[in-house]
Parts: sequence; structure tokens; C-alpha cells
Amino acid sequence: MIELRLPSFGADMDDAEFVQWTVQPGQRVAKGDIACVVETQKGAIDVEVWQDGVVARLLAEPGQRLPVGRVLALLAEGDEDWQAVASAAPTPGAATPAPQTVEPAATAAAPAAAQPSPRARISPAARRRAAELGVDLQFLADAAGAQPVTLADVERVAAAGPSAPSAGSAEAMRAAIGAAMARSKREIPHYYLGCEIEVEAALRWLEAFNAARGLRDRVLWVALALRAIGLALREAPQLNGRFVDGRFEPCGVVHLGVVTALRGGGLVVPTVHDADHRPLPEVMRALADALSRARAGRLRSSDLADATTTVTHLGDLGTDTVYGVIYPPQVALVGMGRIAPRPMVRDNQLVVARTVHVTLAADHRVSDGMIGARFLGDLARRLAHPEELA
Amino acid sequence: MNDMDTSDALRRSVAECLRQIAPEVDPAVLDPRRSLREQADLDSFDFLRLLMALNERVGVEVPEADYGLVDSLDGLVDYLGRHAPRVA
Repeated sequence: MIELRLPSFGADMDDAEFVQWTVQPGQRVAKGDIACVVETQKGAIDVEVWQDGVVARLLAEPGQRLPVGRVLALLAEGDEDWQAVASAAPTPGAATPAPQTVEPAATAAAPAAAQPSPRARISPAARRRAAELGVDLQFLADAAGAQPVTLADVERVAAAGPSAPSAGSAEAMRAAIGAAMARSKREIPHYYLGCEIEVEAALRWLEAFNAARGLRDRVLWVALALRAIGLALREAPQLNGRFVDGRFEPCGVVHLGVVTALRGGGLVVPTVHDADHRPLPEVMRALADALSRARAGRLRSSDLADATTTVTHLGDLGTDTVYGVIYPPQVALVGMGRIAPRPMVRDNQLVVARTVHVTLAADHRVSDGMIGARFLGDLARRLAHPEELA
Repeated sequence: MNDMDTSDALRRSVAECLRQIAPEVDPAVLDPRRSLREQADLDSFDFLRLLMALNERVGVEVPEADYGLVDSLDGLVDYLGRHAPRVA
């Protein structure tokens, strides 16, 4: 029997509102199929199944507010009879609509696993009052960080005036981003390194690569950069992992979160998986698909789970250098600015070449400047040999 | 069809494709001589998608080498007009 659980879509997420099922009992599903839709501060997310099976029993209803990790459905796997699975299994766990003391589930490494992490404690009295006054607890909890949220906090927010942001609105997204960034600055001792990398060779190689291919196969600079960053991170484990409960856990895989601005305002960070292993055209395809879904507001659970490091590319907007904020529980963020022709010295001569300012923000609890410096040097070297990134 | 009609039809195609990518931008208020990407706030991915949409609509592929020629609305319409497949 397979349990389909509500995955976490980020460090700032505790729960989501269930919107609708897109499968029904008896239906055969394959890994990657969309099973249901949930509403979060990042908008509506399509939740995928992670294993092949047959839907046996649906355990969530539209309108329910469910915590991360909650079982949404049971599926039969292999040779199991789905009807037997549906009737035999006892109802797993209690459904938990808002006003109850639920141990807040935490950031999931993979959709199934849940680990505890320090989160705001909210008393039953505060929860009940919040429900009565229509105060958004998610917002309060994020703002409070590790401090408990009290009845007084709830009443203060309610008295303060126009409604706290409703889930799914631009304000809610802003609040979630703000809370994550505030937490990051509060908890993570950032250090910053930067370097100017010459990318003339990389860009000429990319231009030739694209000239030999049609529009559909055109690869953007960002994809090439992700590929180089992915490979460099594989050699820098202290910049690629999670810091949870006072301990650093390196990740054996490299999944890059790519910061994406939404046209109406707000940010989402879809993930490009295995940037270190996949060839360049595949990285471009994955990036393009994720960005399209992000802009269309149809992100999937696999887009938002499990990034190991985040990359922010603000070059198109004319920024030269990005000083980024690490997205917890990650331990590093790579920032890239605008590619432009700039004066530089080569063989003691002043020349003009296209360069980019790359920065690394890293968690000083996990790595020192030496590690960061080596990473940036490695990145520069890889970009100087673009044919190895293909 | 004379050149003016073609140009108008192309301008409409560009406006419609632009609407798909940047729905909140009104093509009518764009300065056709200034950078389209800047005015409509199109990043490299948006611009690529615009070119793909135009390719499907008009049948013209714009290579990277020609990006400088299609930076403005006027430039883009002019380029598409010159490279559009001729209908016998």
C-alpha cells in the first residue's frame, strides 16, 4: 500500500488548503501523474504521485486545511487489489482542520520524509481565536520564528486593521517571502564572496552551439550557468545541503532552485533537478518547462520540493552584482549579474571581454571563505571550458 | 496584399504573441522604436518564448545573430516582413 502525503514546498510552509482531486478510486496512475491540487502561499500547486499504482481511497476533501506530511490518499501497489486496500486500511491519523494542537511537520527532503524543525508553538487558545477573528496563523507563525504565538499576538494582529493577507494572494506571497528572508537573516550567519568571471569563451561556444540548432533547441546562458554551477557544487559539499536542528546534512544530489520573478509581482523558486548529471539540452528543457509552469501559475509539487542550493540571476534587469539572501534550510546562494563587455587585462594588455559578476552567499556555520573561494575558482574554470558543460 | 497590409498583419501578430507572454502589457502604448524588451520587461526566457510564438504564427526563425535587428517593435515587424515565407 502506498500513502500519498502532502509534500512540503519550502521552509516557510506548514500546511496547505486542499482544492480538488484529479483522480478517482480505481484509476491507475504512473509516477509523475497529477493526483490533486492544493492552494498555498505560492499559489495553486499540482501534487504528483511518486510511484506507479492504483488509487484506492481518497482521504482529503476540498476546503480542508492540512498539515505537511498528512496522508491524502491510499494507493494499491504491484498486485494489490485496490478495493481490498480501500476497505481494509483503518483511517490513518486524524484530519486536522485549523483549531487543534498539531505538531508542525517540517521541511521534507523528499516528499515522504518529514523531520522536526524548530517552529513557532501556537496554543490551542490562540488557534481558536485566530479562527474566530479570521487571522492568518501561517503569517503570524512565520513572523514569530521560534517564539511562541500567543493569544495576545492574535488579538493584536486582528485589532491592527485590515485583514491579514489571505492565502494565495500577492500579499500572502510577499508575507511568505518576507518571513523566509527575515528568518534567514536572523538565523544564518552569512558571508559573501564575489568574483568577476570572463565568459567570452563560454558565450562564443554557446552562440556556435545555438547557431547549429533551431529555435526549439536554443539554450539560454542561464542554463549553461546552471550546468557549471551544478558541477562545481558537486565538488563543494559544504555549499550544497541543509542545516536543520543545529546540524548540517550534505546532499548527494544537486537540485538547483532558480529564483523567478512573476510578472504580477512576487517570486517563486522552481527546481532544476540533477543539474550536475544532466547534459546541457536537458537542463535547458527542465528550466524552460519549470519557468513556463511558474509563469502560468501551474507549478507542480516536484517543482518546489527539495532544492539543495538556490541560484538567482538578475542579469537581464541590468544589475551588475547580486548580494543574495540564503533560503533556509539551504546553506548557500549563488548570485549572477549582468553579462556585459568590460575592460580587463589579458597577457598584460587591456582588452574588452564579456564578463559576469558572480557572488556566493554562504552559511558560516557550515563553510569558511576558503571553501567558497575554491567553489568560485572552480566555477570560473568550468566556464572557461564550455565544451565540457555540454 | 500590399506591403502596408502585410506590415499591419505582422504588427497584429506580434501584439497577439506579446499578449500571450506579457498579458498586462498594452502593445498600443509601446514606443515602436525603443527596446521592446525593456518596455515590456521581457527577460531572455520571455523573449525566446515570444520568438517561438512568432515562429509558429509567421513561420520566421530569428537566429541569435540577428537579435540586434529585432530589438524594437519596428525592427521586429520589419525583419519578419523581409523573411516571411512568400505565398505563391
